[in-house]
Amino acid sequence: MKVTIVGGGPAGLYLAILLKKENRAADVRVLERNAPDATFGWGVVFSEETLGALREADPETHLAITDTFVRWDRLDIRYGGRVLSSRGHSFSAIARTRLLEILQRRSASLGVDLSFGVEVEDLPGDADLVVGADGVNSVVRRSLEQELGASVEPEGCKYVWFGTDLVFDAFTFIFRETEHGLFQVHAYPFDEHTSTFIVECPEPTWRRAGLDELSEDESLAFCERLFARDLQGHELLSNRSIWLDFPKVTNETWRRGRVALAGDAAHTAHFSIGSGTKLAMEDAIALRDALVRRSWDVEAALVDYELERRPLVERTQQAASESAAYFARVAGYLELEPIQFAFNLLTRSGRISHASLAVRDPAFTRVLDTWFARRPALAAPPPVFAPLELHGLELANRLVVRPESRAAGAGLVLSGFVAVSDAGRISPDTPTIGEWTPVERPVLLQLGHAGRRGACRPRSVGVDVPLHDGWELISASPLPYGPFGAAPRELDEDGMADVRADFVAGATRAAELGVDALELDFAHGYLLASFLSPLTNRRSDAYGVERLRFPLAVLDAVREAWNGVLAVRLSITDWAPGGLSVEEGVSIASTLVEHGCDLMHVEAGQTVAEDRPEYRRGFLTSLSDRVRTEARVPTLVGGHLTTLDDANTIVGAGRADLCIVDLPPSDLERELAPAPELAEATEVRS
Amino acid sequence: MNVGVGLPTTTPGTDGALVLDWARRADTGPFSSLAVLDRVAYDSLEPFAALAAAAAVTTRVRLATMIAIGPLRATALLAKQAASVNVLSGRRLTLGLAIGARVEDYEATGVTHRGRGRRLSEQLAYLRGGIDERQVGPARDGIELLVGGASGQAFSRMARYADGYAHAGGPPRAFAGAAARAEAAWRDLGRPGRPRLWGQGYFALGDVERGEAYLRDYYAFTGPFVERIVAAHLTSARAVKDFVRGYEEAGCDELVLFPTVSDAAELDRLAEVVG
Repeated sequence: MKVTIVGGGPAGLYLAILLKKENRAADVRVLERNAPDATFGWGVVFSEETLGALREADPETHLAITDTFVRWDRLDIRYGGRVLSSRGHSFSAIARTRLLEILQRRSASLGVDLSFGVEVEDLPGDADLVVGADGVNSVVRRSLEQELGASVEPEGCKYVWFGTDLVFDAFTFIFRETEHGLFQVHAYPFDEHTSTFIVECPEPTWRRAGLDELSEDESLAFCERLFARDLQGHELLSNRSIWLDFPKVTNETWRRGRVALAGDAAHTAHFSIGSGTKLAMEDAIALRDALVRRSWDVEAALVDYELERRPLVERTQQAASESAAYFARVAGYLELEPIQFAFNLLTRSGRISHASLAVRDPAFTRVLDTWFARRPALAAPPPVFAPLELHGLELANRLVVRPESRAAGAGLVLSGFVAVSDAGRISPDTPTIGEWTPVERPVLLQLGHAGRRGACRPRSVGVDVPLHDGWELISASPLPYGPFGAAPRELDEDGMADVRADFVAGATRAAELGVDALELDFAHGYLLASFLSPLTNRRSDAYGVERLRFPLAVLDAVREAWNGVLAVRLSITDWAPGGLSVEEGVSIASTLVEHGCDLMHVEAGQTVAEDRPEYRRGFLTSLSDRVRTEARVPTLVGGHLTTLDDANTIVGAGRADLCIVDLPPSDLERELAPAPELAEATEVRS
Repeated sequence: MNVGVGLPTTTPGTDGALVLDWARRADTGPFSSLAVLDRVAYDSLEPFAALAAAAAVTTRVRLATMIAIGPLRATALLAKQAASVNVLSGRRLTLGLAIGARVEDYEATGVTHRGRGRRLSEQLAYLRGGIDERQVGPARDGIELLVGGASGQAFSRMARYADGYAHAGGPPRAFAGAAARAEAAWRDLGRPGRPRLWGQGYFALGDVERGEAYLRDYYAFTGPFVERIVAAHLTSARAVKDFVRGYEEAGCDELVLFPTVSDAAELDRLAEVVG
């Protein structure tokens, strides 16, 4: 068995150690382009979980690594003149040079053939297994770029990686506002003398500050001045520290025949979640395990390796991208109260939730909850149970339920789609405002016109299945919605006046019925939405040139007629090529807010039938966050939130104000149902 | 959760007598459904023909395609075949449809591979459309529809037109992830209730090697991935029980276990384990 590993970083060396340990007869060689003592970057971070895996894989390196570790469990957030600390986050860090030294020594002692200063240009031809562990700029990946479907895209802010002789006593985030924009620091200690000190800012800020034109020394001096107070007289240290874009590396596959990628060569994860080295070393363990399991059948083992690692790596990359995106837009959160700002930061990547933080650091969530509930208390309920005041309407809590859920006690109950007119119905069973009465309270009346999605069979059968004897449809342009759908009539000025009048009449009726809040449907390709998207509004008149014109006219007219809380349900993006982007959707939301919308009900997609949705738990949360921050409006969001913890995290972090929850029924509830219901159920069955 | 069993229509050595015998036994056994796979460019039985045969000798079990590759068939003919099996079986058909995984099946039928997703959407809309002007009967209302696939579009197609989701197989954790996406899509499309969730796995409780040889051949097109499929092959009572429990916990409504060996004794062994 002959194994050639290109790259002598943590992934390559650790793999060499594990393979040689497993199979002493194997010829394992590592080719590294740099000298043994060359290194870039300062310290690297590990979590407790990773350390466990390392202990099992090779106790000797685990011992050597943990011996020199710096450990801490506190995370400090310096923001707005305060330091907010959170505890219970176990981190460990080690100097990258020290880690490499340990791995080099261990591999040499096991008989791994280590060559330094070797520049690999072609794939080694004589090995049974070639592993590209040669980092972000992997030569191995580049030589198989097409076959692997490799992609390298910048993500997040501009950043520069310094060291400092100030030894921090916690993982420290520092936020500093300047006349150019916001700068932030990620700092953590990694030995008794030194800390990593990463400075970052969005590219426009970086340019405004003139950093694009400063030399290495000048930019170091700039950062020292900027963070002088935090550095407390200590200095920043450079190690070829220049400003960079973080490259997000992905590959459609990490293997080709006998060649595999590992570590950064295969996948990078933004440094702000500190998982790069962890992923690299876990790759090595998984690859070793697969080879053992497949009795060193290389091709089969590489399939196993990728199948096993890919879902885990993709989850980490997803979290890392969320984190990178958070830091790129964090300036938008500066108006949050410090405790909410801190909670938002802690929960940015989706890996910490309200409930998991309550386990790690109960004091933190207690303070957050108490602040959120806005009342002095020893301990307040979690965020979703705090009341909300919206334009004069007092809601008991932040939970919103769908009409069919029959869950009592929600802050707000959705009415489901109620049509402004017979012609605006989705299907014959859609209620119209003329016949609708509220069943449960407080209710959000969802008023809409189905437009080209009308005249369909009931949704118990399917969605967008046209009736054979339907009614005439109207839309912004005469384009059918889905297969077998009828072409709608292009709405003319008279028709618009009628629709506007119907919405106003609906609002008037809502007031008579005493509904608690009113919502206009501008989402999912219904009539008003069809005007907003370039995919569905192909008009050349004023209503096509200015796509918001008619929907705004409706909003303005309803705003006149309705004094209560007015919400708009809006598809923030079309999830379709050529359709509305998130930026355009947020900008539309801002305009709606200027016209009196009190609450934005955040949705996405369904503008066209063949869109490309990305369904998962909480798939609308990040859109809600952007709308709430950038359009400065309270938001209502669903997106398959199945636990109260999801909702507590979202509401507590300020990503939405109200959450639609879909709590799955529990066997416990069925078991504990009161006896009469049981009797009833038995009767029905028999 | 219900447990169903596959008909051995893709395994080597199956003849008409075995299909009928298998179907009869399944109908009296602890199974709730009999399901078939679909593949054109392979030595296997056509799914609707096989289900029609099974319909004739069963009275109880549901008959399911898990899945049939819709776009390979002309839409009206697909509807007619499905509705005919539904009538012949006394309305016991569950029609699972997807775009399939192999370009070879498209080449063999002369159907363009491009646009297959859109085509499947049209077929689903047609199947759900009830009566139509050209009077293609029998009536299709009441046929339970499932859709398979792993893309966002597949989930939205499922939620738009179908009654449930047909998962392509894998460990319970993978099924749970797909189930969450199916439910998210279902809510997003405003469907009442929840989607029916169907899962599947492979078993051989007698001649394991013969079963593995079949899997290696049937899934040769997946390259080295086939090893993963072979590794998931359920070859002991305990493995079957763990798998069934895992799927039940993941929220599966109907788990179909497909045989890898054409031998009626396999069905009896499985009946003992799940019964």
